[in-house]
Amino acid sequence: MPVEAPPGDAPELEDTTEVATLGLEHQAERAKARQGFLLGLPTIVYLLIFFVAPLGFVVAYSFATRTSTGRTELRDFNLNAYARLGDDIIMTVAWRSLWMAVLATLICLVLAYPLAYFISTRSPAVRNMLLVAVMIPFWSNFLIRTYAWRVLLDSDGLVTQGLELLGLGDGRILFTSNAVILGLVYGYLPFMVLPLYAAIERVDWSLVEGARDLYASGWAAFRRVVWPLSRPGVIAGSMLVFVPSFGAYVTPAILGGNKEGLLGSYIVLQFLSARNGPVGSAVSVVVLGVMLVSTLIYFRAGGKNL
Amino acid sequence: MNGTTNGQGPAVELAGVVKRFGDRSGTEVTAVDHIDLTVMDGEFFSLLGPSGCGKTTTLRMVAGLELPTAGSIRIHGEEMGLRPPNKRPVNTVFQSYALFPHMTVAANVGFGLEMRKVPASERKDLIDWAIDLVEMGSMAHRKPTQLSGGQQQRVALARALVNRPEVLLLDEPLGALDLKLRQQMQFELKNLQREVGITFVYVTHDQEEAVTMSDRIGVMHEGRLLQVDTPEAIYERPTTRFVADFIGQTNFLEATVASGEEVVLANGDRLRLSSDQPSGSSVAVTVRPERLTVHRRGEAPMDRHCVEGRVETVTYLGNAVVYGIGVDWMHLEVRCPATLAGDRRDVGDDVTVSFEPDHAAVVTG
Amino acid sequence: MSKGVAKSTAEPQGASRWLLRGHSAAVFAFFYAPIVVLCVFSFNDSNAVGNWNGFTLDWYSDLFANDNIQSSIWVSVKVCVVSTLISVVLGTAGALALERFRWWGQKAFDAVLYLPIIIPDVTMAVMMLVFFSETASWFDWIPGVNLQNGLEKLVFSHVAFNISFVSVVVRARLANLDASMEEAAADLYANRWQAFRRVTLPQIMPGVIGGALLAVTISLDDVVVSSFVSAVGGTPLSVYVFGMLRKGVTPLVNSVSVVMLAASMAFVMASLVISRATGSEREER
Repeated sequence: MPVEAPPGDAPELEDTTEVATLGLEHQAERAKARQGFLLGLPTIVYLLIFFVAPLGFVVAYSFATRTSTGRTELRDFNLNAYARLGDDIIMTVAWRSLWMAVLATLICLVLAYPLAYFISTRSPAVRNMLLVAVMIPFWSNFLIRTYAWRVLLDSDGLVTQGLELLGLGDGRILFTSNAVILGLVYGYLPFMVLPLYAAIERVDWSLVEGARDLYASGWAAFRRVVWPLSRPGVIAGSMLVFVPSFGAYVTPAILGGNKEGLLGSYIVLQFLSARNGPVGSAVSVVVLGVMLVSTLIYFRAGGKNL
Repeated sequence: MNGTTNGQGPAVELAGVVKRFGDRSGTEVTAVDHIDLTVMDGEFFSLLGPSGCGKTTTLRMVAGLELPTAGSIRIHGEEMGLRPPNKRPVNTVFQSYALFPHMTVAANVGFGLEMRKVPASERKDLIDWAIDLVEMGSMAHRKPTQLSGGQQQRVALARALVNRPEVLLLDEPLGALDLKLRQQMQFELKNLQREVGITFVYVTHDQEEAVTMSDRIGVMHEGRLLQVDTPEAIYERPTTRFVADFIGQTNFLEATVASGEEVVLANGDRLRLSSDQPSGSSVAVTVRPERLTVHRRGEAPMDRHCVEGRVETVTYLGNAVVYGIGVDWMHLEVRCPATLAGDRRDVGDDVTVSFEPDHAAVVTG
Repeated sequence: MSKGVAKSTAEPQGASRWLLRGHSAAVFAFFYAPIVVLCVFSFNDSNAVGNWNGFTLDWYSDLFANDNIQSSIWVSVKVCVVSTLISVVLGTAGALALERFRWWGQKAFDAVLYLPIIIPDVTMAVMMLVFFSETASWFDWIPGVNLQNGLEKLVFSHVAFNISFVSVVVRARLANLDASMEEAAADLYANRWQAFRRVTLPQIMPGVIGGALLAVTISLDDVVVSSFVSAVGGTPLSVYVFGMLRKGVTPLVNSVSVVMLAASMAFVMASLVISRATGSEREER
């Protein structure tokens, strides 16, 4: 600068540069936000059309009118379908779904916790191998995995024969609620193991050492340190087992015969046989509600992802 | 100044630069608070400060990775404004190196040239030059994951230098290395900078590193640039308590400004030290421990400023002895070259501590 | 390191240690025994399922001679390939938009993107059924699309849930990717597109491929949604097999099941291997 500015002018000079550049940052941020939005736009539009709109239609259906021919018409919106939710037949199915789902969740928890604990105390190499061994059934064909039990439980299946050989009744549990619960546990057990593992693996084992140092027995250290710290995993796993069990359709269809239908089966029945769209939709909305509430509980409990 | 600038003029100019970060809850944090700074062409300039002082944010604004909330940034006189990083004549050596793990060393080094569409034939020569410059010739076909931390650091340097940027920005490039390697790299970096003659802006929290390598240092604290000067001036004549304390060990003697030429210590002693603070304002006089001398009581020379006290601690450091001296109104640390045991003061000895007024500086804050 | 040291305290001592090991072995047996039995009996030379009568491949040759199965396999493959391609593109774009940008409405989008993963499949099926029965005619104007045809409906609904699975996998990968990589690319004169193509994409590729394989698996395995939207004569394999095996256990069903399970497991393993192999490489550093 050839001319030295008098000291009094300095703040003014500063102000002009500030005015000149103020807003550039916001301008750039807005441009970047727009880019991000545009990048996500096709996906947003797709989900709006093929997910959000269908969801809206189901909700609308649950308030719609059913004609005498079994068609659902989107007019004269009413609460008739919801009024029918109190019917004995629906309540029976709902209660059965609820206790089966709760029981399946508890059994999964009892089976999965020790396994998850075992896996997380292995060396990293073994741990990865065992995790893959859990992930494979987690993702592979659910239908066929359920069917495999049907082979075992069939009248001349291996489990049936085995139970009879041991003198435990006639061994036929296919098409009973026990078979359905077995199927649910088998199908959703990996959903319990993985979040439990993730939670237990995160526990800082020096805390356990600290507890042992403070005279806790192994069991007490577990109960007072590991168990409370793994609670988020317990909640996540329970949600992941409970929600699909509550709305299950495939498992009761294959292992439960026609007698042991759950809410999922009931919904299917309403749409494909009884042709009662509003009631089927109302039950779907209720199942959806249960799912959303469970998810909220899960996030409240500090869960971050699935 | 010891011939720091190559004379062509300013390379980087920051004027009134402010950066505020707003978080989701709406509270704003001012990371950089009205910084004015000129880095000269060919200079090795360091931004020094504790973590969170805004030095990295300042560097990122020069690189274009962040945009300032207010203020202007010029590089060789050209206003950067909204210019994205890929259109700025600067290159960065990142703290984490940020080498592309899926490319070989040579491909990493050639990336910038490729993006600027330098013809393949020329590119090869430049890549070879840069890789040889950092002595990584034998590693050109390795992947970054196969290299040690020090080697990755060299590749990151070559990847930036190969583009012959007008200014090279370095964000704590030696932070991840162990002490010995770090000292070696400091030396090499300084030589490299002289060799290529590129302006370096170097961010570090390590005061020793900054002092060893830099032509000038800017000390930052809580978003503000407190002092810009040569390493020697920063060490010998700090202007704020923070700078004095951050660079090396020091003693503070609480004082009040009596006039422009004199301060009054807390015990009433007067010292001839100039200060730009108004009379009556409270300041501190800082003296480095190695600038103090310990004498038997009454043996201090007359031309030095003296304070009387008693030895409280003696710490033997091998090449030096540090005395902790209690003065009735404060505590002083004195660092002396090690002498034989018989010649040392002992705990409980009454002593006089002296220093030359030239070796003291008045600091504020 | 600390975990290795602390393992002695983590693992119970004495009898409970062996109880824990025994339990874990039993649970793994529970996972795999039914699958093994199913495989073994698919080679059983008998119509009765429970008794071993010697080895045969007859059921597999029957399977490949069955025209219905053949045509439903083709339906499955077509739907799977097309829906996977679309969901990989949309899912990856969605993941990038969520992970690398901040924009208005992002949180709502994030929530909607998670829903298809946790929604019970019966609900999803009902949604698709109702939606297509109400709107099939709306899409007639798009050339080449005819929603009376089951194939399009299958593709549209498979994409609707697979976008979410792809984007979750890709996002996990993106989140692990050092953001300074992209900054370094920009610093080295790459524009946004060049930085994405040369630096980001190669590094998230394992996630993209893993997500694609997952989408393939889920598309091939889906029964409930598919059975609600597929048209007569255009049923995918899973739906066809579901109809067969509801009727009961036959050796033919066993052999189809083994083929489906094998395919499913192969894709899952490939997906896990690809996303893990590169994942562990990062951990080492």
